Amino acid sequence: MPSRAETRGPSNPSMLSRIAASEFTRDFLSNPSAVAGAIIIVFALLVVLIGPHVVPQNPYDLKEINLADAYKPPIGFAGSSLKFPLGTDNQGRDILSSLVYGCRISLFIGIVGVLISCVVGTTLGLVSGYYGGKLDSLIMRIADIELSFPSILIALFMMSVFGRGIDKLLIALTAVSWVVYARTVRGDTLGVKAKEYVEAARVIGLPDRIILVRHVLPNVTTSIIVLSTLNVGGFILAEATLSFLGVGVPVTRPSLGLLVKNGFDVLFSGYWWVAVFPGLFIMVLIFGINLLGDFLKDELNPRLK
Amino acid sequence: MAERLLEVKNLTTDFHTFRGRVRAVDGISFHLDKGEVLGIVGESGSGKSVANLSILRLIEQPGVVSSDGVLFKGRDLSGLDARSMLKIRGKEISMIFQDPMTSLNPLYTIGSQIEEMLLLHTDLDDKGRKARCAELLAMVGITNPEERLRSYPHQFSGGMRQRVVIAIALAADPCLIIADEPTTALDVTIQAQILRLMERLVSRAGASMILITHDLAVVSRMAHRIAVMYCGRIVETGPKRMVIKSPAHPYTRGLLGSIPRMSADQRRLDPITGMVPSLLDLPSGCAFSPRCPRSQPICERGVPPEIKLDGGRSVCCHFPQLENL
Repeated sequence: MPSRAETRGPSNPSMLSRIAASEFTRDFLSNPSAVAGAIIIVFALLVVLIGPHVVPQNPYDLKEINLADAYKPPIGFAGSSLKFPLGTDNQGRDILSSLVYGCRISLFIGIVGVLISCVVGTTLGLVSGYYGGKLDSLIMRIADIELSFPSILIALFMMSVFGRGIDKLLIALTAVSWVVYARTVRGDTLGVKAKEYVEAARVIGLPDRIILVRHVLPNVTTSIIVLSTLNVGGFILAEATLSFLGVGVPVTRPSLGLLVKNGFDVLFSGYWWVAVFPGLFIMVLIFGINLLGDFLKDELNPRLK
Repeated sequence: MAERLLEVKNLTTDFHTFRGRVRAVDGISFHLDKGEVLGIVGESGSGKSVANLSILRLIEQPGVVSSDGVLFKGRDLSGLDARSMLKIRGKEISMIFQDPMTSLNPLYTIGSQIEEMLLLHTDLDDKGRKARCAELLAMVGITNPEERLRSYPHQFSGGMRQRVVIAIALAADPCLIIADEPTTALDVTIQAQILRLMERLVSRAGASMILITHDLAVVSRMAHRIAVMYCGRIVETGPKRMVIKSPAHPYTRGLLGSIPRMSADQRRLDPITGMVPSLLDLPSGCAFSPRCPRSQPICERGVPPEIKLDGGRSVCCHFPQLENL
């Protein structure tokens, strides 16, 4: 007869089978909207990774673009060409190819931007919550001031000062979104800090920075995960907004938002497809990210289970 | 005479709040010999825990600690730099906490939490640490220790977790163990087991212990000497037997009087009347005077001085009672 430690202990054969058997996986598979969200995200990632090798055109390569192809409608409309399934824009660039390349930039900004602001915000939040005192007041007052402005306004202001550029966009978006992380993480840190295992770690003589990394950080990660997932969508949207307003990515590297803007200029001239397809693409992408984010939010919050 | 391990002189801890200064610990002095178990008894908020965290210098803003010296093995902890203090905590002085449900980090295995202590304070290599972990678990009476090292805290019951906490506290062979209400969160049958275990391990290791509790039964079982705290002051100290048998301070009498006795045919218990005063608004003079059955005008005027009684007892009362209970 196997002992209890053998049947229930943590010495299961492989990591993979443990993940497959976990409650998380079960909940995920039985939640259709989460699966739908994940499928959309995986699809977008595939588009980003293999799309450029499949699509007919490199929209950045002037040699491949022919002005004579300008404003071809999508397949199914008079004057369309099989070469351009979703039509072309004013310079004869294939909309489908632009989407693929634009999605790359949008997702890059979304993911990298979230990583940067997550690291910055989490660090400040941990320090703020753990050490307290003057430093805490300083960081939190800066956060309060930031929160009293609409964040898009701050980003807009910074972008108009810095000028266009992906790096500048990342800085501006980080500057407005670290606040959310810092405040959330600070709150969680205050809670974890009051737990006796943190006090116990202090009593056994562990230095503060190791306590922060080993004992506090792992206990606040759930909210970071949820925030980050939802924030990727928010970042893509914010980037699209800024690009639409003309202060985001450079015109030579059009993101989804800039594609919408390009299309918007000619929307009422009958060339609807130039704006509609990138717009739909953004919508579906954000929808997928939010579906998954909502699932994570419910799944990782023990109070909602 | 036994060797003196710890001597606390006139330790005071203040917390500065919006509503004024709160003196959680008010000039307490006590000492502890090698191998001795000192029980600190008092109600919630009497300053027991704060006093001990002050010794370890773990009081945070807005708390301010001052003293005329906290001598541990002849070194003054109150003047030590932060780095040396890290070496003292855990290695020389370790703590056992009240709630075993929260004093272990839920994200790490039992083994890695014991190992953390060994990593910090011993030179053992990887293999040696593993062996020592298993040895410690076996020592606190957990069967199948090698297997159990890989368990997580949620797989353990409250009593087993407290055993693990004790194992961590003993891991680096400390000279002094501060146990802050170690059995309060456990049910009564487990309490007895844990107390017996602590008693045996502490005496075997030759360590000293400060046992903080509000449970007189726990203290009378384990402690050699007792210090009774009320509103941040030590009101009475002495050898266990004398304090329990003939308490000199009316507060100690009141505490003992509110314990039900199997032998006496009592219809009602005699509780201490009134409430513990707020630390923000302590009565002038003796803090116990508003509730004291023997209070006289002098009690409200001045803080009673410490009076030495026979048998190593001392009491802070204008009218100590000397007859047996």
